[in-house]
Amino acid sequence: MVTATAQTAWDLLAAVPDPEIPVLSVVDLGIVRAVEESADGRRVVVTLTPTYSGCPATEVIARDVRTALEASYDEVEVRTQLSPAWTTDWLSDKAKEKLHGFGIAPPAGRVTLPLVDVGAPVGCPQCGSRDVEELAGFGSTPCKALWRCRSCREPFDYFKTH
Amino acid sequence: MSPTSEPLLTYADGALVLSHRLSEWMSNAPTMEEDIALGNIALDLLGQARGLLQSLGDEDQLAYFREPQEFRNPLLCELPNGDFAHTMIRQLFADAWFAEVWPALVADESADAQVRGVAEKAVKENAYHWRHSSAWVIRLGDGTEESQRRTQDALDALWPYRGEVASDEWYARIEPVLDEATLTTPGRDAWTQRSSADGWHTEHLGYLLAEMQSLARAHPGATW
Repeated sequence: MVTATAQTAWDLLAAVPDPEIPVLSVVDLGIVRAVEESADGRRVVVTLTPTYSGCPATEVIARDVRTALEASYDEVEVRTQLSPAWTTDWLSDKAKEKLHGFGIAPPAGRVTLPLVDVGAPVGCPQCGSRDVEELAGFGSTPCKALWRCRSCREPFDYFKTH
Repeated sequence: MSPTSEPLLTYADGALVLSHRLSEWMSNAPTMEEDIALGNIALDLLGQARGLLQSLGDEDQLAYFREPQEFRNPLLCELPNGDFAHTMIRQLFADAWFAEVWPALVADESADAQVRGVAEKAVKENAYHWRHSSAWVIRLGDGTEESQRRTQDALDALWPYRGEVASDEWYARIEPVLDEATLTTPGRDAWTQRSSADGWHTEHLGYLLAEMQSLARAHPGATW
């Protein structure tokens, strides 16, 4: 799917941040399912998969993707693909490192279905202690839960394995 | 509305109406964490409802311009929030219902691709909602004397509304939770309400829709 020219689109997408976790690009997040470019390189179709059904960032992301690509393409189409459903398994290792550096504990392990648990952070993203506890199953965005470190006492977000 | 789409409308309306109810807790939940949790769950349900409504027609038209008697949500979903115990028992009942609904849609090869896509995502979201509601019902039921009494009151009040969502699978899902929560029910055979499929609703739905639909009706076709 990635031709020499579609690389332009991928490079532009790699610079579109998630509006709520700006340390990650939409490519890091694993929501870009496909990029197709016309033979003359003037038209591009990008297929995105939403993270959560009601995630308010979804529409902002589609708009940001369109705006970014319009810099290099005459015609941009953003499509939505629901199946297969997005999973944190699609986060790259690089994305997980970025999350950690941003103070968000990355998802631990891989998703197993049926989903019975969303895992637990390996450690505190601030001090590295493994002595952590869940404060609440839901956090500031649909993809996160609220945890606390018992060593340094800092609360932190955990990106749920989902 | 074709007969085959009726069950879908029931799921869509159930998710939509329940989402609106949960959103009424915003800024009023017992704790900040619960405010956020109920908001997150409401958002998931709203997204699920939108996905299904889009497969049935114009989502805004369906959500904002139908009358109460045209809604097909189970009565359970429209009941007022009551206290936190009522909200959690209602959520337990609804989550257990959706736990059956979504996997069935995923497995239904004759279903629309959009619908199956919505369901595929919703399966995981629902599992997480269930984790939340079942944990709360256990904590409240097997809690203090007051929380036990109020959760039992909520269960007694809502039990008659299980008719549209209950199945053997549903009972098998909630009974162990209620047992662990030290709560008792009048049993599977006790009388139950069942009428939203005919367009009959409680008086509460009209008030809910009046609020939910007022903006769209005052400014039809308005966009941000």
